[in-house]
Amino acid sequence: MDRTAIIGVGMTNIEAEKRRETFADMAWEAVNKALSDAGMTIADIDNVVTTSSDFWDGRTISLMAVGDVSGAAEKNVSCVEGDGTYGAFYANARALSGSYKTTLVTGHSKGSQCVSSLITNAAFDPIYERALGMDMVTACAMQANAYMNRTGVKPEDAALVSVKNHGNALKNPVAQLPMNITVNDVMASEMIADPLRKLDCSPVSDGCCAVIIAHESVATKFRQKPVWIRGLSFCTDSFFFGDRDLARSKALTEAAKKAYAMAGIKDPRKEIDLVELYDAFSYQELLWLEEMGLADYGKAAARLKAGEFNLDGALPVNPSGGLLSGHPVIAAGLYRIAEIVLQLRGDAGAHQVKKAKTGLAHGVNGLCGQSHCVWILDKEK
Amino acid sequence: MAEKEQLIIESGDAAQPFKYAVGMHGSKFFTETRDNMRLMGLKCPKCGKVYVPPRGVCGKCFVEMDDWVEVGPKGVIGTFTILRFAFIDPETGQQKPVPYGYGFIKLDGADTLLQHYIDIKDESKVKIGARVEPVYAKERKGNTRDIEYFRIID
Amino acid sequence: MAKRVAIVGTGQTFHKSHRPDVNGQELINEAVQRALADANLTMKDIDAILIGNMDHFEGINYVDCWSVDGSGGVMKPVIKITTGGTTGASLAIGGYHMVGSGMFEKVLIIGWEKNSESDTTGAITTAFDPIWDRQVFAGAISGLAAEAQAYMARFGASERDGARVSVRDRKHAMNNPHAQLRKEVSLEDVLASPMLADPIHLLDVCPRSDGACAVIMASEDSAEKICPVPDWIWGTSAHNTYSYLGDGDWGRLTSMEQCAKEIFKKAGIKEPRKELDVIEMYQPYSFAGLIWIEDMGIIGHGEAPKYVWDGNTDMGGELPVNPSGGVIACNPIGATGLIRCAEAAMQVMGKAEGRQVPDVKFAVSTGFGGCMWTNMLLHGKRKPN
Repeated sequence: MDRTAIIGVGMTNIEAEKRRETFADMAWEAVNKALSDAGMTIADIDNVVTTSSDFWDGRTISLMAVGDVSGAAEKNVSCVEGDGTYGAFYANARALSGSYKTTLVTGHSKGSQCVSSLITNAAFDPIYERALGMDMVTACAMQANAYMNRTGVKPEDAALVSVKNHGNALKNPVAQLPMNITVNDVMASEMIADPLRKLDCSPVSDGCCAVIIAHESVATKFRQKPVWIRGLSFCTDSFFFGDRDLARSKALTEAAKKAYAMAGIKDPRKEIDLVELYDAFSYQELLWLEEMGLADYGKAAARLKAGEFNLDGALPVNPSGGLLSGHPVIAAGLYRIAEIVLQLRGDAGAHQVKKAKTGLAHGVNGLCGQSHCVWILDKEK
Repeated sequence: MAEKEQLIIESGDAAQPFKYAVGMHGSKFFTETRDNMRLMGLKCPKCGKVYVPPRGVCGKCFVEMDDWVEVGPKGVIGTFTILRFAFIDPETGQQKPVPYGYGFIKLDGADTLLQHYIDIKDESKVKIGARVEPVYAKERKGNTRDIEYFRIID
Repeated sequence: MAKRVAIVGTGQTFHKSHRPDVNGQELINEAVQRALADANLTMKDIDAILIGNMDHFEGINYVDCWSVDGSGGVMKPVIKITTGGTTGASLAIGGYHMVGSGMFEKVLIIGWEKNSESDTTGAITTAFDPIWDRQVFAGAISGLAAEAQAYMARFGASERDGARVSVRDRKHAMNNPHAQLRKEVSLEDVLASPMLADPIHLLDVCPRSDGACAVIMASEDSAEKICPVPDWIWGTSAHNTYSYLGDGDWGRLTSMEQCAKEIFKKAGIKEPRKELDVIEMYQPYSFAGLIWIEDMGIIGHGEAPKYVWDGNTDMGGELPVNPSGGVIACNPIGATGLIRCAEAAMQVMGKAEGRQVPDVKFAVSTGFGGCMWTNMLLHGKRKPN
């Protein structure tokens, strides 16, 4: 198979409400940042993939709002609905299929414009489940309980994820919620749905991220040092919670296994230097790390406590502050990819980690991590 | 065994409300319409095309636009139809009374067309190329309905 | 290296206006089972799934996740592509790139819709810009009627010319057991049917349907082993030319012209009228059967009415259009573009039964939607160079 690389990234600041800005305004900013990062003009881009959700945007064909500003007026274009990591997956396939050389992929969302509990309630089955009034937070609270019950991890153990990530966000200029907090602050914050407290949950956010993926034949022709795509995979578990083991995530294990295999990674704990993952809720950082094989099941909390996942730890996790510090749904996974790219280039500024050769970016679709997408990126080809 | 009764579950009044940001360009257009009954477009610095509705970027040239120009208020019908079937208007939940005129108005000085209602009191005059002018609402709130409709000028 | 890609199996539901006997997953599964049977494969052979629909018709968020019991996606990669009316065609293009990338050997592509589960016009209206378009828009028909008016004014076409296309497609649908509307109509029937939006009569437009379509694509490594005559994809194109409805050149479909030029150039097709054998066009109303074949470059501007009246696009004609009966006979929106692709594939594979056009070497399928957007695929019997 041919190789591809990421040669430019652009992120808007993640904010609680970008009241002045339309989807197009946000995308224009992110796209231009990515082009300028890559040292490209829009003429150097030969096709576009946008990532957006008709549900979150409140309009059918959400792509219509951002086509022009993504430079798609004269180019081939498509739209993936779901997390940005999936949009980028398709963008990468288009760069590999022989049809195109340079794909611009965007992901945008404005949580501020909708009522997120109603949007995520619509992810439940309309016949069997929806009338029970569940939403993403209540569903994930059940998952948190299932996980904690199985592993013995305590709410205060998970709270430390929130402390770490909000602390990392202090060093990331695009993060929405940089905060210097303690486990006690998390445990004293409002209970949203047992066992999840306010500071265990990611915020409602607005933001847009853009990434440029290039085929190896053109990857070094532009200004930026390419970050190589070594492995990527995604996998979807059963839909109904009763059909799944909610305390585990075998779809993530499968996606990670395939991504490692494609990347030629034999021992991920040794070979992966840093992780940006989808911590929509504090407990998820632990569970996802474990299911990706980066910690033993139920044991991530202890390693977190030992500081291993800190910015200066053995395996920095979410040095950007993660979703807990800013969660523009849909765009969130693309932000993870962009953050890994900055880290591997050594361009992450104050939240730069020391050793950054191989990084993992992770995105999620659906309720309680029904579907996962895993990317392995590398400084070297 | 196949069940004879096929049930339906209705979503009832379930709704997902949104608050859409109009953005800087739309806000300028609507406040000018509301306060001064002036219609404004944005001109591309590269190709010179004047866009109504205004938007921040000329898609074809991929450049930002900030050159506001007054357009209309008169224009011509670019194309139109007369709606003769009733449907539920998702904005109001009510059936729209039919028939009514609907079409795309090329405002004087604009290069794109503005979608709106067209008065059909005299259907024989509703033609592509017919001159029209806006009829403004008495109480204007800063949205597309600040123009009630366009009427044919004899 | 990039792989060449072929369609090796297709499956469709028998589309109807209302399928209360199945829920969404079950409807999807019907199409999936038929596609697997057609290709003589099982779910185990499938490496990835692409699925799409238009969210607001059913009101289900994360359809890719919700639908796994029907799609067979449990513990497989499932991805959703959604681009409005073009969704089905966008999915086919997506499948082409996923297989062509070398990442997946065989992919299952699913488009579906249960239009009976919501108010279709209302849902289509939400497609348009909430600030500028939505308050004064009236569903797809008003936009299409405006296009027809512009075309008639520009080229002097008549309501009868449009009706002729509807008569053709409805006649073709008689040969297609999957079509929802299978009733021949006369010109007079079309013109006497209620006027919905001038100049469009009820019998000029598509119905709303419940239905699903599934297509299986495979790479050149396995395509010919699965299927003796696979349908090779020669090229794909998608142009979303406009952002607002008023931006277009009314009476023309410039996105169709862009797609056709791009794809024919890539395949070395110089005279599409002579070199193509059949077209399955996403043609939601009759006048599009005139306007859009001009923009595709089949004949010159203003010449479509005569070309169609002369029978050239009928079964047995020079270049049959919509042997399936097309969208006017059946329109489960998220599936519609993929049905066009599947029907074109069946023509190339020689599996179109009663609607088979003899000896198809090249076929074109299209998708239409969004803001006068076009997607296009070129299908061929010969393996691309």
